[in-house]
Amino acid sequence: MSVDAATVRRIARLARIAVADDEIEHLAGELNNILAFVEQLSEVDVASVEAMTSVTPMAIRMRADVVTDGGIPGAVTQNAPVREDHYFVVPKVVE
Amino acid sequence: MSDLTSMTLAQARDALRQRKVSATELTDAHLAAMEAARPLNAFVLETTAEARVMAARSEDRLRGGEAGPLEGIPVGVKDMFCTAGVRTTASSRILETFVPTYESTVTANLWRDGAVMLGKLNNDEFAMGSSNETSCFGPVVSPWRRRGSDTKLVPGGSSGGSAAAVAAELCLGATGTDTGGSIRQPAAFNGIVGMKPTYGRCSRYGVIAYASSLDQAGPFGRTVRDAAILLRSMAGFDPKDTTSVDRPVGDYEAAVGRSVKGMKIGIPKEYRMPGMPADIERLWDRGAEQLKAAGAEIVEVSLPHAKYALAAYYIVAPAEASSNLARYDGVRYGVRVPGRDIIDMYEKTRRAGFGPEVRRRIMIGTYVLSAGYYDAYYLRAQKVRTLVRRDFETCFADGVNAILAPATPSPAFGIGEKSSGDPVEMYLNDVFTVTVNLAGLPGLAVPGGLDAQGLPLGLQLIGRPFDEETLFSLGEVIEQATGRLKPEKWWTGARP
Repeated sequence: MSVDAATVRRIARLARIAVADDEIEHLAGELNNILAFVEQLSEVDVASVEAMTSVTPMAIRMRADVVTDGGIPGAVTQNAPVREDHYFVVPKVVE
Repeated sequence: MSDLTSMTLAQARDALRQRKVSATELTDAHLAAMEAARPLNAFVLETTAEARVMAARSEDRLRGGEAGPLEGIPVGVKDMFCTAGVRTTASSRILETFVPTYESTVTANLWRDGAVMLGKLNNDEFAMGSSNETSCFGPVVSPWRRRGSDTKLVPGGSSGGSAAAVAAELCLGATGTDTGGSIRQPAAFNGIVGMKPTYGRCSRYGVIAYASSLDQAGPFGRTVRDAAILLRSMAGFDPKDTTSVDRPVGDYEAAVGRSVKGMKIGIPKEYRMPGMPADIERLWDRGAEQLKAAGAEIVEVSLPHAKYALAAYYIVAPAEASSNLARYDGVRYGVRVPGRDIIDMYEKTRRAGFGPEVRRRIMIGTYVLSAGYYDAYYLRAQKVRTLVRRDFETCFADGVNAILAPATPSPAFGIGEKSSGDPVEMYLNDVFTVTVNLAGLPGLAVPGGLDAQGLPLGLQLIGRPFDEETLFSLGEVIEQATGRLKPEKWWTGARP
């Protein structure tokens, strides 16, 4: 499998990363190098092998369904690049 | 003052308790060493004022007989750990203004035990790299040089600042994170000790996420004992991390010096790769001899799927990274670049805020998780991961206590030597270390000796889950037989 210019644009769009036209070809080359490298996994017989879902076998811990944190809107919004009172400010999304 | 920075952490701890040195003197000596070593670019933030306040408090506690296990010990913190009120960037432009309002559990544990924070240490951007060259603050320069050469070498990565600072005697110990070798590879390149604990041993709370199923925090020290002392404070159960494991933390320091007689040490035959430098093979054999001389039994073992580990890693890690780094959108924290609409704002912000390696890994991760490719890439990689872990389980079930392998396929290389062209060339640095992350096992890097050019090479001990103690015992044997490695302090003009 290899990626072409259109695929690079599609991935960049999905990843929300702007890519300039003159970067596309170079990026496609780099991504293809990486994909060619990982291609070796296709020679491994993985039939009847379970995919790893947890690196250390453990049961998920449960806790009481109660509020344990909150009431700190100042701290939550403190690092926002643009904020008003305790709100995050974003460009207009709905016309 | 140089005596104060050349002590080991254990020696400094004892000197503080015996009142032979004050916490303030010790911290001041390290702050002076940091200033003299600025050409190394190991620190991205020197927290001088905070360090002095913390040292003064330690001094009070030492006087009052209330000293914690790390009371008055100056340490550095990789800039992947959130520190409350202290800028934390992951060495990324996208977080250059980020000041956390909370503390990571690992650093909170260090401060609880009395450690003093000297500053934040440089790393590859979001811990993605093996040379510290992807940092937005620029590369770290290794304190080591090839014999008779002044070529600037990389300290390894991603915890390059941590390893360089410990080796250069700018701090007595440091924290690191290891996702594919980011503690063990720089420890090896700098002739020091680095431990990646079992997945779940140290809390990930407040550690900036790269690949969550692989990330694990761990210590750097100049000796095995120092790393053991630090891990005991860093480790522990934390309800704030769902993958934190609720089991008692061992007395790791007590394991240092314990007999290794009768232990079975596996030598994985697949790690003997064609083209391996002769020095690495020689020091690997020597390490096995040292363990044998201490009474351990050396056996050949097989890890047949180890050769696929790196490829599986470069699917799993970017996939998780693409998901973890989706949060950097210019809304909740970090830098924002305005756009004509919200999507344009996201795209421009992420283009400007992330460096090329991070963008590359996010894009690879996005691709392997995208519709139609998930099964072929991600699911297959997670199945290979099961096979990698099974190989280790088979060895351990056969009575092997630990595995001995090289830490890296080469010594440190020059800055810029591997940073242009094919990204895969850099990825190959992690070939001996990623297996351990994929399987969630503990791994300890210890100095194995110098190569023909006078550069350190590291050995790696891989253990059973939660058996860090055995690794510290074995590591001590190698350290005692090899001796400590020290770079010349060329950056200050001082003689070694």
